[in-house]
Amino acid sequence: MTVARFWRKIPQRYNLIGTKCEVCGRTFFPGRAICPHCRRDGKMTEIQFSGKGKVLTYSVIYSSADQYAAMKPYVLAIVELEEGARLTTHLVCEPDEVYIGMPVHSVFRILDKEGDDGVIHYGTKFVPDG
Amino acid sequence: MVGIITYGAYIPRFRITVEEIARVWGANAAEISGGLGVLEKAVPDYDENTATFAVEAARAALRRREVNREEIKAVYVGSESHPYAVKPTAVTVGEAICATPSMTAADYEFACKAGTAAIQTSMGLVASGMMKYAVAIGADTAQGAPGDALEYTAAAGGAAYVIGCDDPIAEINDTCSFTTDTPDFWRREGEDYPKHGGRFSGEPGYFKHVETAARMMLEKRGTRPSDYTYAVFHQPNAKFPQKAAKALGFTQEQIKTGLLVPRLGNTYSGAVPLGLAAVLDVAKPGDRIFVTSYGSGAGSDSFDITVTDAILDKIDRSRAPSVEQMLAKKKYLDYAVYARHKGKIKV
Repeated sequence: MTVARFWRKIPQRYNLIGTKCEVCGRTFFPGRAICPHCRRDGKMTEIQFSGKGKVLTYSVIYSSADQYAAMKPYVLAIVELEEGARLTTHLVCEPDEVYIGMPVHSVFRILDKEGDDGVIHYGTKFVPDG
Repeated sequence: MVGIITYGAYIPRFRITVEEIARVWGANAAEISGGLGVLEKAVPDYDENTATFAVEAARAALRRREVNREEIKAVYVGSESHPYAVKPTAVTVGEAICATPSMTAADYEFACKAGTAAIQTSMGLVASGMMKYAVAIGADTAQGAPGDALEYTAAAGGAAYVIGCDDPIAEINDTCSFTTDTPDFWRREGEDYPKHGGRFSGEPGYFKHVETAARMMLEKRGTRPSDYTYAVFHQPNAKFPQKAAKALGFTQEQIKTGLLVPRLGNTYSGAVPLGLAAVLDVAKPGDRIFVTSYGSGAGSDSFDITVTDAILDKIDRSRAPSVEQMLAKKKYLDYAVYARHKGKIKV
């Protein structure tokens, strides 16, 4: 990812800011410019999600991209936020802790680093409640 | 009066015991643990660093009390493990608590007392009327070379304080500092691990500065140690703060709540801010807290703090985990996995 491509989305990545269609009530993260359901009739506004949600499904990653090798095995999950939006995220827990329906909340973590001398990308991950 | 509007803390969930580190280096665990008074230390996750600790601590503070983010006009982060040599940690915090862009920010470095230096700066800014709120944070992912004495205690964590004059939960009655050029501990540019003066660093470093700053504060305020409910001293190990407290006339009862190092390790810039957070977790209106930090190089900042009635009704402490809750939530690592966590193994 180029430096500029990352920093343009910093407010959204750090603070879980997406969009909500005021017509049908659906929410999206990352935010969309146009509601895929209401199309031209939709009206999109920005929404900051609470960060609370539950695990919809997950996968345990044993064979990762090189930059995540130190973290293996790790859990990749689709989390459904309480406002309805679904997103793919790293779940910070042991593989034997995760289950479908597990309540989770957002935390601020390093997403990846561009080597030893590049930019550090921060953003949102999720952890089990409690 | 200027004081603490709200506060938050963060301690990662991983721990390694002194016994496990000693096993790897062929050292006598009982002797080291007994000598330091430290049983285990907090270790960061792979994807955590000083910036993520600072953000989590600041967000915990803001969960406990709603503060208008647009009125936060300064963020200062004190640490000796800022993720970048050039590029501030404080702007990441500002962005992550939605306080940007109409604010100033800077990173502080003064060994283990950079966090209390940030509190002093914030006090000046809000007391002078330049701004309503400033955020001061002390956080570290402390570094110790493999096998070095520091490795047994170099820990991870941090705490954040929103400083202001509007209904503080604790008034900061006064602060003073004692500072000299004393090279007892240092890390040169580009080096991964710090160096230190070993057993010669205690008396001319820690004890001289902590005890002098503390006595200056007692004299300035006309108080005696018995006037305080709690006392928090910098805690590179458990022996130093207990010895300094005794020399000054403070009791074990006064220091035990804020003495986290046996179960946490030395969180460097996070140490005194976390000790104070542990005290605020249980403090009642009227409690008086004596605080003295220490940063190698060297200097100490002292604070005289009084808890107000606002701690009962202006803040909801249960909205963020207490220091005790975070200390209790832990997962132990063996040395090999700890080395991987700390990036000591290159892959």
